Amino acid sequence: MPETDVRDRQVQGLDALELQPERGADERGAGDVARGIWASTWPKLAAVAIVLLAWQAVVWSGWRTEFVFPGPDRVLPALFNEITDPEFWTAVQVTMRRAFVGFALALVVGVVVGLAVSQFKPLRAAIGSLITGLQTMPSIVWFPFAMLLYGISESAIMFVIVLGAAPSIAGGLTSGIDYVSPLLLRAGHVMNLRGVQRYTLLIVPAALPMFVSGLKQGWAFAWRSLMAGELLVIINQQNSIGWALSQARQLNDADRLLSYIIIVLVIGIMIDVFFNWADRSLRRRWGITR
Amino acid sequence: MTTMTESRNLTGTSAVEIDDISKVFGRGRGAVTAIDGMTVHVGTGEFLAVVGASGCGKSTLLSLIAGLEEPTTGAVDVGGHRVAMMFQEAALFPWLTVGANIEVPMKVNKVPKAERRRRVTELLALVRLSGFERKRPHELSGGMRQRVALARALAQDADLLLMDEPFGALDAMTRDILHDELERIWREKSLTVVFVTHNVREAVRLGDRVVLLSSRPGRVIKEFTVEGERPRRIDSGQIAEQAATITDRLREEVSRHA
Repeated sequence: MPETDVRDRQVQGLDALELQPERGADERGAGDVARGIWASTWPKLAAVAIVLLAWQAVVWSGWRTEFVFPGPDRVLPALFNEITDPEFWTAVQVTMRRAFVGFALALVVGVVVGLAVSQFKPLRAAIGSLITGLQTMPSIVWFPFAMLLYGISESAIMFVIVLGAAPSIAGGLTSGIDYVSPLLLRAGHVMNLRGVQRYTLLIVPAALPMFVSGLKQGWAFAWRSLMAGELLVIINQQNSIGWALSQARQLNDADRLLSYIIIVLVIGIMIDVFFNWADRSLRRRWGITR
Repeated sequence: MTTMTESRNLTGTSAVEIDDISKVFGRGRGAVTAIDGMTVHVGTGEFLAVVGASGCGKSTLLSLIAGLEEPTTGAVDVGGHRVAMMFQEAALFPWLTVGANIEVPMKVNKVPKAERRRRVTELLALVRLSGFERKRPHELSGGMRQRVALARALAQDADLLLMDEPFGALDAMTRDILHDELERIWREKSLTVVFVTHNVREAVRLGDRVVLLSSRPGRVIKEFTVEGERPRRIDSGQIAEQAATITDRLREEVSRHA
């Protein structure tokens, strides 16, 4: 027994030494936490202030009349009016529903195509480069064709969203699968991971970080396609962000126009923050970065 | 203390029989003969160390034993033994906790969940990592990761363990301690081990026998039976002496390729 005891202490001592951080860290009190939050917030606040100032400066310079280019003093109250109006929220709701449904469709198509391409060599040779080509295409060029196929309808918008987003999603999935470390594949092989288990236990989780990057890019394309679609394919009397934008233009209501542009920006930033958070927490979990 | 002098029951049966195998990669003019006319027998419960310079087909030999590849001629017989394999890198799944990593081979073998949990606790205790079940691989040191990899290999219920330079990337201190650990687990679990290494001293420290391979193509030059009671110390005179003999023979082989 003493023999095992000595060994145990040696092993545990070595582990403890190896796990000790090489550099000490400062203890963080409440004040430090508050300072940390302030340190990460003030640049963002400063950025907003700079933009508002620059905007106001352009208005003051008299470059355009305030009628077509109002300053923040007129747009911000208009924005506040909008977001307290239930009409506005139905518009946002319609647009976001289209965005999520379109993105979900793109997800299904992208995953099916991505899996097929990564599984069958001939298919990859045949359409692998086509997928990359599609990614570089501005999705707006599909709209005339989509309107011919589906008429002035939501389906036309969905069609273009899928064409815009699915290639990125498929691409993320195939490169995720392609770049699974050969080391892990070999380890899976000697553990007899075969068939479905090889996918559920090894390939899918290993490919996940790159797949999420593909999703993020796919979302960006879907969002752009949707905005272009709502401006081009104007479905009569159906409230949406795109419809509100074109209404505001027709009525020469610059205050409203700019407040909707701000809304589009804010929604884009919020979704981006979400994807970055997902990406970062995955990477931390996977031990890729700390 | 009795376990140290107790003789293991070497029944004389072979766990692995490799008879006059060859392995050629590729065809025609570009073909490379990795192994040519190699015969190796590994006894049940034996610790066999395999040393050789680059290009001796050590890794190929392990792949053949594991059944990952087929020999071009000859036969490899593992007589129904269950084989597990370890590499220089732990190759743990980074998205799983230590415990979940050890569960993977048991999931493959359809072991029920409660039994899996129980075995994880047991195996972690065996490799002296109790309490690390919920850590992730990147939170551990290299030596700890290799011990998790060993626990994962044992979770396959294997009795034949193939090791491809498993301690090659570790510092001397850690390697030294892991030698003790591997030796202890080998005894406790009555494993048969085939241990491939570049390090002659390590081979003499661990092996019952050391097989020295030639390079390009790989072939057995000579087998050495290691003298000395276990546990041996890598810094003992007896180990150094035997290692020197093998190293001399190995250098001879290397200069043949000049």
